[in-house]
Amino acid sequence: MKVHFKQDEPDNANRLDGMKQDVLGKPVSRVEGLAKVTGTAPYAAEYPVANCAEGVLVTSTIARGDATHIDKDSVLSMPGVLAVIDDERLTTRAAQGTANEAPKQGPRQVCYWGQPIALVVAESFEQARDAAKHLGVEYREEGGAPLDPASAETEEQEDETVRQGDLAQAMRDAAHSVDVTYTTKGHASAAMEPHAAIAEWEGDRLTVHASLQMLNYNISELADALGVEEENIRLVSRFVGGGFGSKLGISEEVVAAALAARELGRPVRVVLSRQQVFQCIMRRSETTQRLRLAATSDGTLTGFGHEALVSNLPGEEFAEPVLQSSHFLYGGENRELMLMVARIHRMTAGSVRAPGEAAGMPALEAAMDVLAEKAGIDPVELRLRNIPEKNPEEGLPFSSHTLAQCLKQGADAFGWDSGPRRPRQRREGEWWIGTGMASAARVHNIAEARARVTLRPDGTALVETDMTDIGTGTYTILAQIAGEMLGLPPKTVMVDLGDTAHPRGPGSGGSWGAPSIGSAVYVACKAIREELAAKAGVAEDRLELKKGATSDGQEIGDLLGGKDLVREGHYEPGDIEDDYTASGFGAFFAEVRVNAYTGETRVDRMLGAFGFGRVLNAKTARSQCLGGITWSIGVALTEALEFDPRDGHLVNCDLAEYHVPVHRDVPDLEVAMVEERDGAASPIQAKGIGELGMCGGAAAIANAIYNACGARLFDYPMTPDRVLSVTAD
Amino acid sequence: MAEPITVNGTPQPIPDDPRVTLLDFLRHDLGLTGTKKGCDHGQCGACTVIVNGIRINSCLTLAAMHEGDSVTTIEGLGTPDEPSPLQRAFLEHDGFQCGYCTPGQICSATALLQELAENWPSDASEKLEGSIAITSEEIRERMSGNLCRCGAYANIVAAIEEIAAGETA
Ligand code: FES
Ligand code: FES
Repeated sequence: MKVHFKQDEPDNANRLDGMKQDVLGKPVSRVEGLAKVTGTAPYAAEYPVANCAEGVLVTSTIARGDATHIDKDSVLSMPGVLAVIDDERLTTRAAQGTANEAPKQGPRQVCYWGQPIALVVAESFEQARDAAKHLGVEYREEGGAPLDPASAETEEQEDETVRQGDLAQAMRDAAHSVDVTYTTKGHASAAMEPHAAIAEWEGDRLTVHASLQMLNYNISELADALGVEEENIRLVSRFVGGGFGSKLGISEEVVAAALAARELGRPVRVVLSRQQVFQCIMRRSETTQRLRLAATSDGTLTGFGHEALVSNLPGEEFAEPVLQSSHFLYGGENRELMLMVARIHRMTAGSVRAPGEAAGMPALEAAMDVLAEKAGIDPVELRLRNIPEKNPEEGLPFSSHTLAQCLKQGADAFGWDSGPRRPRQRREGEWWIGTGMASAARVHNIAEARARVTLRPDGTALVETDMTDIGTGTYTILAQIAGEMLGLPPKTVMVDLGDTAHPRGPGSGGSWGAPSIGSAVYVACKAIREELAAKAGVAEDRLELKKGATSDGQEIGDLLGGKDLVREGHYEPGDIEDDYTASGFGAFFAEVRVNAYTGETRVDRMLGAFGFGRVLNAKTARSQCLGGITWSIGVALTEALEFDPRDGHLVNCDLAEYHVPVHRDVPDLEVAMVEERDGAASPIQAKGIGELGMCGGAAAIANAIYNACGARLFDYPMTPDRVLSVTAD
Repeated sequence: MAEPITVNGTPQPIPDDPRVTLLDFLRHDLGLTGTKKGCDHGQCGACTVIVNGIRINSCLTLAAMHEGDSVTTIEGLGTPDEPSPLQRAFLEHDGFQCGYCTPGQICSATALLQELAENWPSDASEKLEGSIAITSEEIRERMSGNLCRCGAYANIVAAIEEIAAGETA
């Protein structure tokens, strides 16, 4: 039986708080954890499929033009080679998140350096790899492709544009004003598991084990790409080795494996090399951002300007939503916001963890530090003074607002010194030492979701949905939500995810997974409780379930009369999405050391305080925050995609040259979770936490660099050469 | 006749194709997929295994180079029913998220404990001779070849510290 709930009103009943099992929010270890730590959890490429052939993609060595001739004979006689697939249906980009349709197809037309143009299939990986290297390809290059966002043609994203009042006048009238321009480099998701797929046909039915975040959308994207019915496809992604946006949409190896398996009549596995993951999946766009802040003598903002230039391939709709939180984070009645997209021939720009805020917040929060200094106001205090009552552009109320609390709690926990701030006050040997802080904000997203819950007479339950767990903790929190509602210990709740044979969830992305699918499980469990209450002869809201029994000792198994009780929960956000501005908020505090001679920055300690609604699992939520803060360190100090200006190829397309933070870059991190209930966010009062932890953290580090050594930098990442270029000694 | 490679105690014949890396031999030929491929170029540590007691990146070496060697993979360290102390500590400290870097982290940490016990110095060590103090900085330095994009570092270090402290106590 299906139960539908569309949420038009905030749910402040907080029913989960009245349940008796007392597992929700607790730091329960991951239910799938033993499989992961023992190496027994199977990821996409690891399913034992008999007679599986191996495919390796061949990618372009020009930025724009046509692959006019693919010399299949150059490799078909090599040992073990089975086929060269250059089917017109091969996809040449990864689909954008929630695209729901095939991305660009037609491998002969080249739009960027590194684009897939063919697949070589052989008996073994070694044979396929060798043949792929030797495949002869002739190109007709269309020279002069725009490669540089600074000089390319731009388009305005009109729905992002805001012009309110007169910012120029506000800047002239301001007691204190800031007009600064920042740049950020492109970023790669660099999930540790490379994209991979094993495709297998049985007649007209296709099964693909793939590494994907959003099966509900991916199945339509794959069906559209292949020209087959969705009903004939099954996608399985039980374990996903990280996504961070790079696996939101169907990627090239999935379609290639499916086409090759069809042509050869046997299963085919395609795994991208690390270089290919960098070259043909997604990048976060580089950005150039101008910030204008106008303030009265007490630091109250009267004007707020944020203009950004990002880039993408011609024809791609996605534009890094740099201004997303700038629309509502601070007041200022005179506002000017604008987002421009330059059309250039680099690989697709798309979602990389926290699209928008990951680039926008580091710039905004560094500019706020400049303003705090000019106005002579403590940076924490400056932010506290500028928290708006309601959304300053749309006038909507906030669903909840924890920024002030996070700022205060974070400052306390960190031991923030609110006294006068001047750079270069503390030196230990070669090192300048300083502190900095920044606000965090990340819009709350929520989506339609379905999950099936089965309560069994043996006192166990089963949760089924195609929702994925990409390291976010979905398996565990769903076991906790169902356990809490049904009075079962989480280990007796089996959670079966990542299979399109199950009811459709929203997928993992945009931090919407937990609130959306958690709400679907909640809706299903509530319906089960109603049924149980009827059988027990009490009202549902009086039914107390704990350890598999009611408070008056009736076992769940007896109530069920030997039969399974099954409900499919279908959650849909209604008016709550339009009636409120909903966001997670937080604050970052960092202490850094900057070497006076080498310009190297080390983060010595960092703290994040975050408010994101109900905490579903204190352990996994904290881990999400830790992950975000770790990414903040990368954004601040090391991560940068570097493109060759001559041919547009990505120069640092591997993990040796693209520097993600490593163990020694990450100090002890502290997380303070500011618990709240946000009934307008979801019926489980929760918001997402996968991205908030990196939305502004880089600015706390940048501001600490300035406080330490006096280097005021406007370009991320703040590498040693950049630090040295503006340091006095 | 080539001598076999012993993997988790079982002798296995060397593969015919000399291009097969130790990593692909484990994952593909033997089906021991607990060892992960993150980069295939010695840049991420996901493929870390222990060969004759020493941790190495199995993607950077050919299977054919390991005649007579003894290889321990994550599967050889513990099982879901009987996890090793480190595996259990990773679980309790949430020293992973997606889990893909995790077998490599655990193999690396297992060998690291041995290196510390034998007083191998590192860049983080105060001195090159004598006993090495087990500090978090020492662990971070020695684990820096194992990337974790999920950013579980703080918890990984906590897990290793717990076991390291137990071993020296
Ligand atoms: S796969 Fe061997 S180090 Fe990355
Ligand atoms: S747990 Fe995902 S990369 Fe480490």
